[in-house]
Amino acid sequence: MIRRAVRFLDRRAGAAPFVRKTLRYVFPDHWSFLLGEVALYAFVVLVGTGIYLTLFYQDSTEKVTYHGPYEPLRGQEMTEAYRSVLNLSTTVKAGLLMRQTHHWAANVFIAAIVLHLLRIFFTGAYRKPRELTYWLGLTMLLVALLEGYLGYSLADDLLSGMGLAIGYSVALSIPFLGANLAALIWGGPFPGTHDFFARMYVAHVFLIPAAIAVLLTAHLALVALRHHTQFARGARQTERKLVGLPMYPAYAPRSLGLLCAVAGVLFLLGGLAQINPIWLWGPYHTYSSTNGAQPDWYLGWLIGGLRLVPSFDVVIDGYTLVPNPFWGGAAFPLAVFLFLFLWPWLERRLTRDTAYHNLLDRPRDAPGRTAVGIALLTWVFVVFVAGSADRVDVLLGLGYQTQTWVYRVLVFAAPPAAGLVAYRICGELRAGERVERARTRAEREAREAAG
Amino acid sequence: MAKARPSPKDLLIAAVVLLVGRRRPRPRLRGRERIVPQGPPDRRAELVVLALLLGSAGCAAGFVAFYALDRLPNQTQLLGASLGLSLVLLAAALVVTAKRLVVSEELEHDYPAEEHVDEQLTIEQIVDESGDRVTRRRLLRLGAGAAGGALGAALITPAVSLGPVFDMDRFYGTPWRRGRRLVDERGRPYRADEIEEDTLYTAFPEGADREELGSSLVVVRLPTSALRLPRENARFDAAGIVAYSKICTHAGCAISLYRAPLFQPVEPRPALVCPCHYSTFDPARAGAVTFGPAGRKLPMLPIYADGRGILRARGNFDEPVGPSWWGVRLRKPSP
Repeated sequence: MIRRAVRFLDRRAGAAPFVRKTLRYVFPDHWSFLLGEVALYAFVVLVGTGIYLTLFYQDSTEKVTYHGPYEPLRGQEMTEAYRSVLNLSTTVKAGLLMRQTHHWAANVFIAAIVLHLLRIFFTGAYRKPRELTYWLGLTMLLVALLEGYLGYSLADDLLSGMGLAIGYSVALSIPFLGANLAALIWGGPFPGTHDFFARMYVAHVFLIPAAIAVLLTAHLALVALRHHTQFARGARQTERKLVGLPMYPAYAPRSLGLLCAVAGVLFLLGGLAQINPIWLWGPYHTYSSTNGAQPDWYLGWLIGGLRLVPSFDVVIDGYTLVPNPFWGGAAFPLAVFLFLFLWPWLERRLTRDTAYHNLLDRPRDAPGRTAVGIALLTWVFVVFVAGSADRVDVLLGLGYQTQTWVYRVLVFAAPPAAGLVAYRICGELRAGERVERARTRAEREAREAAG
Repeated sequence: MAKARPSPKDLLIAAVVLLVGRRRPRPRLRGRERIVPQGPPDRRAELVVLALLLGSAGCAAGFVAFYALDRLPNQTQLLGASLGLSLVLLAAALVVTAKRLVVSEELEHDYPAEEHVDEQLTIEQIVDESGDRVTRRRLLRLGAGAAGGALGAALITPAVSLGPVFDMDRFYGTPWRRGRRLVDERGRPYRADEIEEDTLYTAFPEGADREELGSSLVVVRLPTSALRLPRENARFDAAGIVAYSKICTHAGCAISLYRAPLFQPVEPRPALVCPCHYSTFDPARAGAVTFGPAGRKLPMLPIYADGRGILRARGNFDEPVGPSWWGVRLRKPSP
């Protein structure tokens, strides 16, 4: 049976040498290496559930009156897009499960990418010869953020409409291009023409997923061509020798198990944990909004950025040049991504380390990099937390304006402070290890002297 | 000849053999050295995997059953729980298989070579020698650049059809004209005497598209003594009633919060607040920004009450409506 299948494949495709190599491809084992796999499997779930959703979604902004089973919205005017998502959630069997699982999968997808990025950054896995892999991964994160934003914008409920208004304003605020760019995307001033939803739709269900698939393939191909990095856990692991489990039989069931676990947890969440109950938000109109609106977690840093910037536009002689949303909504995330893209090159310049690296650093072994990473993370995190100041105001009664001023100071003060603390901790950890080593050596020598 | 149907006894024997029978498969390719090292059998792990697989199958069957049942309360929860559990049990079966039923041998593998110097040189040579016959390399390169650049530009030109590029007038437009009545959500004109203090009203231009950014208004009444309108905005109010664009000048959200001064010492002035980024505007001072990120004031619409007390626009807004863009001209004269 096996022999016949293998023979068939080899005679048709000449695949035997490739399959043999693949079966014995070696995976080093560490829990943190699974984060990228979690992202990959969340993407699989996204594609699967997403295809199901497309079979029910209408990308039309035609005005209709709702007559469906959900009592509170009956008789309300809404777009066909919103009504189709409402019907999917209320009348299609398993429709709500698929929609909620899709939404959860999007949140987990981006969370896994971010954690994977942190692992790559703090262990120096992006160093030569893996810069291309790292840049492809960063690009995927950028594209995934846009994809998630488009996804929840398509529902055309009140929250997604508010999100689109903000996105429009940020696009409008980009120097030189702004208004023309927004006009091209929306087909005219906000809320745009009917074409706009069709454009978002094709981008969300085809263009961007296809782009992610291509980037993902290249990312994985590069990983396989250069092989995985590894921690130096013993003397066997070196810059030239990779130690790990073969794809078959040891690694395949582990990885398939992870796929099933990720899918299983996502369906459990999709069935048991409510997410984005769009029927509660109601339809969007440009003249309506709601208090306490928060985006999905991965855009929290942008709403924080938009809120923190104090009141100013760059105005010359009665003409606005750079409107305010540019700083928090465009310049801030672009700065973060630009820094991340440039970092491998910057680090090479700073450390003059141009060697090939297959062994990973522990964060403490590269205190400078760890400090920089922690500072950047703190910067983004402070802005992220600032985005939820209104919730803190409601829950804990801390005045919103006071909080905003605190964050405006923290955004400058906290990153260097956190970076310095991280640097010191790295030093202390290494000093502790030196003491430990010296003691074991002394003990051993004492034992040898005695014996 | 008709096939003999298996008797119940045969089926029973088959089941018992399936359940109790154990046999270690011997490697078929005898005489060859083993590649995958040998490991001891683990009967308990086999039983665990079997139980997990059956559990997974049961849950998956449950999913189908929950789907088939009509008028089931909490159907989404049952569907999600059964499908999720089925996958989680399958995951557990796979992990137990990986840890107990297959050999987890650690292999060593050489990292690929850092580079292939010889191949690099060969590639360079092929490319280099292929261009041997060309004598005016630089000129041809310029020509190819011109063709590529122009063709690229030509190919992206149709993208201009996506929107009204270079036509900024449409971004300034609003449906407000002198005499246009302010109506509520049901289309009923607002009378000046029904606008009360400490309340926020949303108004629209009669008969116009409400979704346009230039349409919607927030209308509030302040005591005339509290008004601090600058000279340019003098007489914009209708005896204490002031009207502003409802669209925040920061990021285009609708301004739906009104902080009326309920507690004089803490909240000294009434304020219009946008819930997206908490830009705060002063309705008594022509919509000036008092807090938050908005870079310019809220556009104010001059209004008056006509002979029958109906609120009407006196003209257009004093500033462009909605979020700003590069080159937006403030204080555009109203048409």
